[in-house]
Amino acid sequence: MNKQNQFHIVKRGAMPWYFGWLVRGIAIVLALLVSAAVTTILTGEDPLQVYATIFHGAFGTKRKAWMLGQNMAILLCVSLAVTPAFKMRFWNIGGEGQVLMGGLATAACMICLGDKLPNAVLILIMVIASIAAGAVWGVIPAIFKAKWNTNETLFTLMMNYVATQLVAFFVIVWEVPKGAGKIGIINQTTEAGWLPVIGGQKYLLNILVVAILTVAMHIYLKYSKHGYELTVVGESERTASYVGIKVEKVIIRTMLLSGAICGIAGLLLVGGTDHTVTTTIAGGRGFTAVMVSWLAKFDPLVMIFTSFLLVFLDRGAGEISTVFGLNHSFADILTGIILFFIIGSEFFINYKLSFHKAGKEEKHV
Amino acid sequence: MFDLVSFIPRAVVQSIPLLLGSTGETLTEKSGNLNLGIPGVMYVGGICGVIGAFLYEQSVASAEEMNAFLAIGIPMLACLLGSLVMGLIYCLLTVTLRANQNVTGLALTTFGVGFGNFFGGSLIKLTGSDVPSIALSATSSFFSRALPFADDLGWFGQIFLSYGFLAYLAIAIALVTAYVLKHTRVGLHLRAVGESPATADAAGINVGRYKYVSTCIGSMIAGLGGLYYVMDYACGVWSNDAFGDRGWLAIALVIFTIWRPNVGIFASMLFGGLYILYLYIPAGMNLSVKELYKMLPYIVTIVVLVITSMRNKRENQPPAHLGLSYFREER
Repeated sequence: MNKQNQFHIVKRGAMPWYFGWLVRGIAIVLALLVSAAVTTILTGEDPLQVYATIFHGAFGTKRKAWMLGQNMAILLCVSLAVTPAFKMRFWNIGGEGQVLMGGLATAACMICLGDKLPNAVLILIMVIASIAAGAVWGVIPAIFKAKWNTNETLFTLMMNYVATQLVAFFVIVWEVPKGAGKIGIINQTTEAGWLPVIGGQKYLLNILVVAILTVAMHIYLKYSKHGYELTVVGESERTASYVGIKVEKVIIRTMLLSGAICGIAGLLLVGGTDHTVTTTIAGGRGFTAVMVSWLAKFDPLVMIFTSFLLVFLDRGAGEISTVFGLNHSFADILTGIILFFIIGSEFFINYKLSFHKAGKEEKHV
Repeated sequence: MFDLVSFIPRAVVQSIPLLLGSTGETLTEKSGNLNLGIPGVMYVGGICGVIGAFLYEQSVASAEEMNAFLAIGIPMLACLLGSLVMGLIYCLLTVTLRANQNVTGLALTTFGVGFGNFFGGSLIKLTGSDVPSIALSATSSFFSRALPFADDLGWFGQIFLSYGFLAYLAIAIALVTAYVLKHTRVGLHLRAVGESPATADAAGINVGRYKYVSTCIGSMIAGLGGLYYVMDYACGVWSNDAFGDRGWLAIALVIFTIWRPNVGIFASMLFGGLYILYLYIPAGMNLSVKELYKMLPYIVTIVVLVITSMRNKRENQPPAHLGLSYFREER
């Protein structure tokens, strides 16, 4: 026998539910060890100190904990948005653009209608406008996918940059003062169109909205007819059309929903916390959301945990870069390392290696 | 008046990173791997070249003592090594461990862009040197040296001969890749792997090896795009995020050229032209309109994407197994 045939790979049968989480847990621990090693090499600090700094960066003060909650809520919101599309095997990596469009629509309402309408009406219009803007941005690639099977990964990706330039255009149109290149805080004195602050905490509203969305999305995917239909379309389009599901309609409907929730994320960012719009307001969350959703196997409740993990790392690594005077991009390196480990660990959940021992029976590992 | 003699060289200079990126990605996609990590790979290629050049410049006493061969060779080797490692990570995860290609690619981009910006921002602090910023003008002068008689030939020299050697190398790589893909046995095997790995496997082609080799070579070619950008276009000055979204544009270009690197030579110049067109369009005092012109490359890509999918010609389709991992025992 030649060397290549000493082992071969077979698919695992059904494993107990905790097995997958055990493997992922081991992967995360290994990844944290590697991350600490990398940090130690670059900063010369001892690894325990590094972990302490990460933890401090995430939870150190009350303000930091709230920031963690806010970032987590927005990331989770975008992840919830892309999830139904992914379940349908529609790779919507245009979350970034859809959030931007939602934010832009919100800002447009705040600027153009700020002093002309009572606040409650204004906020209602903002909500509708942002949802509509996100949905339109999401549904354009979906229509082409449904009618002509246009590659959606690349279409949605390009739509991100069209949205970015559109925002850049309006930023210059609305810039205050002229020539500043940015809009600044909108309606600073009147606070028209600012979403209400609940319980004295600026970020509480966002967190509550996203919490409700999470539960709603869980129910939608798991118990509604729509959720069932889009899962069937994702598993096999032929089966879907055979059993009488209108595939085109499902694709378009799901992307309307996906874009609409991204629009809400834009609304929460612009109307709820930032009160301004820039080209970087989405901050790469459209891409991070893909990983949050995939790591959670498209389960909204598990996504609470995965989005927490990524935001925790980002805030923690941000603290490391501040404390040790490094560049903030250090967070991206650590996130990348941890993602590699988790992505790799999926293999060991789904497959096993079986070794041949020179003529004897197979031994499973 | 539209000044073609100044416009064309600038468009070409813009096009070279896109051309290298898209050639690399075409090669990768032909094996059935949709590597969305190309933007990250190009960042890593660029910064590894910068690190190599930075260490070399620090080790010699003055710019006059620099050896032309080493000044070009060290950054280039560092760049190729860095992008090779990125390609290997991608292959390990998607080919050997059969992970989802979209997720792996995006993770690779997060990592690569972070890696580039981190070392770009911290290289000086980490090496403990006392220079104010990374400006590798000496190394850059070796990279961007034009052909000696370019200046004497007027507009002809400016349009065709005024570029650094990497630009000509990029065109050569694109032509060679196109030839290999279309006219050689290796290319035929590679395309078979991308279209139907099970058939290729049955025909005795080593699917895993083809995927590994083509993805890694593709990454190295794309990495050179990052190197060209820093060393030639940006005159050796690294600034964070300056490379921007060119990596994504390179992926768009792959579709625009319908997986043909030789078409990519002109297509990338068209994209390069669209990328800088806003500088040449008289917008008067209205700066905002320029932002709309910057949309052009993306809108053109969308239009091409839509048209190719509508016409649905068989020879213009993506490799049939693009984006899917291959498992021999899958039924």
